[in-house]
Amino acid sequence: MRRLISVEGLAKSFAPRRGATDPISVFESVWFAVDEGEFVCLIGHSGCGKTTILNVLAGIEAASAGVVLVDDREVSGPSLERAVIFQSHALLPWLSVERNIAFAVRSRWPEAKRDEIRRRVQRAVDLVQLAGAEKKRPSELSGGMKQRVGIARALAIEPRMLLMDEPFSALDALTRGSLQDEAARLCVETNQTVFMITHDVDEAILLADRILLMTNGPRARIAEIVVNTVPRPRRRYDLHRHAGYYPLRNHIIEFLMERSQQVRDAPPADPRHPPVVCLGGIATPARSKLETIQ
Amino acid sequence: MPRGPLALRAAFLSLVLFAAFVAIWHFATLPMGGRAAMDPEYAKLMGAGATHGKSAMPTPLDVGAAIVGHLRDPFFDRGPNTKGIGIQLAYSIGRVLIGFALAVIVGVPLGFVIGMSPLMHRALDPFVQVLKPISPLAWMPLALYSIKDSALSSIFVIFICAVWPLLINTAFGVASVRPEWLNVARTLEVGLWRRSLVVILPAAAPTILTGMRISVSVAWLVIVAAEMLVGGTGIGYFVWNEWNNLSLSNVITAILLIGAVGMALDQALAWGGRLVSYAE
Repeated sequence: MRRLISVEGLAKSFAPRRGATDPISVFESVWFAVDEGEFVCLIGHSGCGKTTILNVLAGIEAASAGVVLVDDREVSGPSLERAVIFQSHALLPWLSVERNIAFAVRSRWPEAKRDEIRRRVQRAVDLVQLAGAEKKRPSELSGGMKQRVGIARALAIEPRMLLMDEPFSALDALTRGSLQDEAARLCVETNQTVFMITHDVDEAILLADRILLMTNGPRARIAEIVVNTVPRPRRRYDLHRHAGYYPLRNHIIEFLMERSQQVRDAPPADPRHPPVVCLGGIATPARSKLETIQ
Repeated sequence: MPRGPLALRAAFLSLVLFAAFVAIWHFATLPMGGRAAMDPEYAKLMGAGATHGKSAMPTPLDVGAAIVGHLRDPFFDRGPNTKGIGIQLAYSIGRVLIGFALAVIVGVPLGFVIGMSPLMHRALDPFVQVLKPISPLAWMPLALYSIKDSALSSIFVIFICAVWPLLINTAFGVASVRPEWLNVARTLEVGLWRRSLVVILPAAAPTILTGMRISVSVAWLVIVAAEMLVGGTGIGYFVWNEWNNLSLSNVITAILLIGAVGMALDQALAWGGRLVSYAE
């Protein structure tokens, strides 16, 4: 698999408060990579800078140090190559569903004819199973349907990479479940490269190939990279029957409950190669997907 | 009180209040005292006020007759001091609309710039803060001196009083567009023009329409005073002219029409505001 994105030595800090001398560091020395077609989840407590990392990847926020490389070129701003699905869906409330999606399609293909735009919009609407709601305004839709539109808008521009910022966290449990299943289906169908932030351990196990665990902030960093060994296709209702599921889930929960604080205070020696956990044993950095980055 | 929908009951109560007001007005303006004995020549000179004890304040019937008279023939024109009330109102509405249009042309784009650029906001804020509280009529001498035309000067005064609410509301509306909508535009690599027209303008439109509504109301308040000052034509001039003629019936007629036109202007923009509003 080809490496699509590499994040190298990313850090974010804010100017010190009055009286203090050191800048306040949110996270530092964040290194990881995402391969083409891979689904990577980032889990961590609030305040560790997860959303900032995603915004830097999206190009809508600048890091204090470090770089993000896409195809070995530095990210300097937003790009249609990297579509963002926002936590709050961020639909334009004065536009109908189809016009929200058409806004994105027209941005991606400014020269496109009206017919082609309509065709692409319809395909995106069908993909997220929203047919019949095209003419509705976002305020007439339920939370889950709004987020479907957000997903359709992101997929309609055929990005090389999807960036999702806790896309399902604002939804009720039933809606969240069905959208997670749908996200799993879409990612398999389209072989989309995805980087997703989540709080939800089961969501990460359902969707991700690899799960990045982040320590608490301030001075947060990547503590571990957990390889998801539960085989695909995964389904929410029988995920827990797989032998690898509970060890994996317990490992992540135990990290979040206890070690996320300890690891921050005693960080791994080499932030470029956080330990890779592969169900049952800690892999050595040499076996890591994160090979030495020149 | 009748049962039924709230609107019906409210209308009934309005009618009762109006009838009570007219009745009090009627009794307060009844003639007082009998016919005074005086020289008939002198009595003719003094009018019914002195001879029949008639109140100087017109009665509801006097005003009703004046309103009917004005509305029956609103557009006559018999020389500079004798024009129908419709013509006078048309002059005033015309000035307000021209001044308001100029204020929109200047205020909305400038408000856009101030709203989008924190630098411009800070740089222009002192000017806005100082100029905003100035009574628009204080500009009149300066306008008369530099423009040298009283009609254009009153339009300028309308412009200057209408531009501030527009400027401030547009800047506020543009500055408070939800950051996530702007982030959507940024991740879609939408250029400045398209972002302004397709994202920021519709997002800020309800606030801009609120500014327009305030502007047009202020402009309609100011035009009466401005026309009293510059004279010639307009409903403000009409009010002052009828005061000089001691025709309070005509003054009251004009007051009621000023209120009606002001309400119509306000409602027109309220309707415009509903067109661009959106539910989040």
